[in-house]
Amino acid sequence: MSENKALGGKIFTKPFIILAILAGIAGILLIKRFIFGLGAVTNLSDGYPWGMWIVYDVLVGTALGCGGYVLAILVYIFNKGKYHPLVRPAVLTSVFGYTLAGFSIFVDVGRYWQLYNIFLPWHVNLNSIMFEVAFCVATYVLVLWIEISPAFLEKFNKTKALGFMNKILFIFIAIGVLLPTMHQSTLGTLMVIAGNKLSGLWQTGWLPLLFLISSIMMGYAIVVFESLYSSIGFKRPFETPILGKLGKLMAWLGLIFIAVRFGDLIWRGQLGLIFTDGWANSTMFIIENLLFIVPMVMLFSEKNRKSTKSLFLIAVAILLAGAVYRFDAFLVGFDPGQGWHYWPSASELLITIGIVAIEIMAYLAFIKWLPILPNIKHTTS
Amino acid sequence: MSIDRRDFFKVISAGAITAATASSVFAREKKNLAPDAVGILYDATLCIGCKLCEVGCKEYNDMPTEQTSLVDDLNVPMIWDNGDDLTSKTMNKIKLYRNGDASVKDRATNGYAFIKRACMHCVDPDCVSACPVTALDKDPITGVVTYDAKACIGCRYCQVACPFNVPKFEWDDPFPKIVKCQMCDHVQESGGMPGCCYYCPTGASLYGRVEDLMAEAHKRIELAEGSKYDYQVKSLDNDETAQRTVQKYVNYVYGEKETGGTQYMILSAVPFHDLGLPNLPDKSAAGKSETLQHTIYKGLIAPGALLAGLLVAAYRGSKSHHESEEGRS
Repeated sequence: MSENKALGGKIFTKPFIILAILAGIAGILLIKRFIFGLGAVTNLSDGYPWGMWIVYDVLVGTALGCGGYVLAILVYIFNKGKYHPLVRPAVLTSVFGYTLAGFSIFVDVGRYWQLYNIFLPWHVNLNSIMFEVAFCVATYVLVLWIEISPAFLEKFNKTKALGFMNKILFIFIAIGVLLPTMHQSTLGTLMVIAGNKLSGLWQTGWLPLLFLISSIMMGYAIVVFESLYSSIGFKRPFETPILGKLGKLMAWLGLIFIAVRFGDLIWRGQLGLIFTDGWANSTMFIIENLLFIVPMVMLFSEKNRKSTKSLFLIAVAILLAGAVYRFDAFLVGFDPGQGWHYWPSASELLITIGIVAIEIMAYLAFIKWLPILPNIKHTTS
Repeated sequence: MSIDRRDFFKVISAGAITAATASSVFAREKKNLAPDAVGILYDATLCIGCKLCEVGCKEYNDMPTEQTSLVDDLNVPMIWDNGDDLTSKTMNKIKLYRNGDASVKDRATNGYAFIKRACMHCVDPDCVSACPVTALDKDPITGVVTYDAKACIGCRYCQVACPFNVPKFEWDDPFPKIVKCQMCDHVQESGGMPGCCYYCPTGASLYGRVEDLMAEAHKRIELAEGSKYDYQVKSLDNDETAQRTVQKYVNYVYGEKETGGTQYMILSAVPFHDLGLPNLPDKSAAGKSETLQHTIYKGLIAPGALLAGLLVAAYRGSKSHHESEEGRS
């Protein structure tokens, strides 16, 4: 009768061990970071104080963790019960995406032992965009663990607790939709204060809306990606019909994104920058927008929405689009002047890879151990 | 896909409230200079590049020297005169502008000039707006932008925000701080003046009330080129003067309008952009950022309404889901 079932099987497989080695390398580098300071492992500088960790682990990482958020909107808010089997795996990805983004912030900030100041009313600055982001993300990590808690309760047969949890869960579902709506948009607002340091191709008062829409698109894309990937990886039936329906929604969101993006550029009279803002900015702008436009156009065709292969490629393109947009708005288009430049160091990359490895390991372990993935009988019926 | 019309309406109405609140634009008021705000007027035409201000800065603030090859290889201690920009060890820096044969001082072509860089102590500082934990703060009386390491979490958003790239971070310290000029706040408390102004032999760095300094700056711009003028030294309250020949000033006080005005103001004979000072709008980016944020979150009405709508929808959604599940089993 349960919708979700533990996959079972061995946890310490060969891929798992390779991932563990990658995580181990990152662990050693992290020790170096905490003993010698951020300069010892990163290429960050006073001109580029934010790099790979903030942009990939936090911005892209949390957007990839939007799967739980967007499915909650569909299932509980729009009452689309048929998507319900996909909720738990998506929430689990969100749990790890956000928890490890939180961990990355802990590694990235200089004075981590004082991070709790964010929660002390006499320190809080309500004008600070960073405060909203930090507070919201931290709270959402907690909410996500609560949202996934029924999986633990089912596993350990805590029927009474489970019944209680199911009664009050709607509160956390509602908060769990509110918080990402707030912080995924506010993550974009972060760059407004950078003013002229951010190229006119990206600097706009519409940053919050563009970040919000693209995060929702990435949320749907990750649901599609994961579902198809685990179907192949664990030889499970494809959920293509449901995913195709999600596709149409993504197409419309993509259209809105592109309309706002170009409408804003035209309104501000900055369209010419596409060809005059230096080769790096121009190239990246074009790549970024092609990655939004091509999948959107493809998704408007029913043929593509019914093809598992097309859906997979489209999902990957949308994930890349959102990721490239975030890299552009925070690093590529950001120029503090005075000849500063930034390229991540090997250690920075290895730490990011290690963190991603931990995410995948945790996901693999959890789906084998806890009732997360859709029960096949249920989905095929 | 077909979304139930009633449910759709529920969410859309919450969204409409958000949009309605957002459209009643709440522009954050421009920040004004505190009446007794203090500042520094740097007159580049008076600067002889002796860097005594850097010595004064290090001494007053107990700052370390820069570690360079001179210190490492030759074991020369106390080298203060090196490095070419602000760092986490240097909060005040004299830089050189040079063009062509650099034969004449204070001339843009084939000339040279000095420029002193330090925190601008903005009237409407982006760093203060950016800081999530009020580690950076603006003194309500003096207007000095101060830093409190006990509050700082080291997120470095201030560095992203500052249009002058002033805040520096101790990258090689496991327990790093942000470092920036605080106008020798601790010395001013006991009636003193900033180290750079106290040490400056020519009056190039002059301490005083911002309003008085601004009046002095405009007076200097009006002086006839080539005439003699008794320039005050150290501070406007000081009787000590030094007579110098007036140079041809650029007809503009840098800092009067930049990013909403700054309490560190600059006069120069060489265009400011050549000296590496950024062209900035009259309004701070903080004003835009706060207007945007407070428009969306005004009184928490929009998020509150959204949450209320979401609670109702989620309650109904989860109830109907469980009912249908129970019905099936």
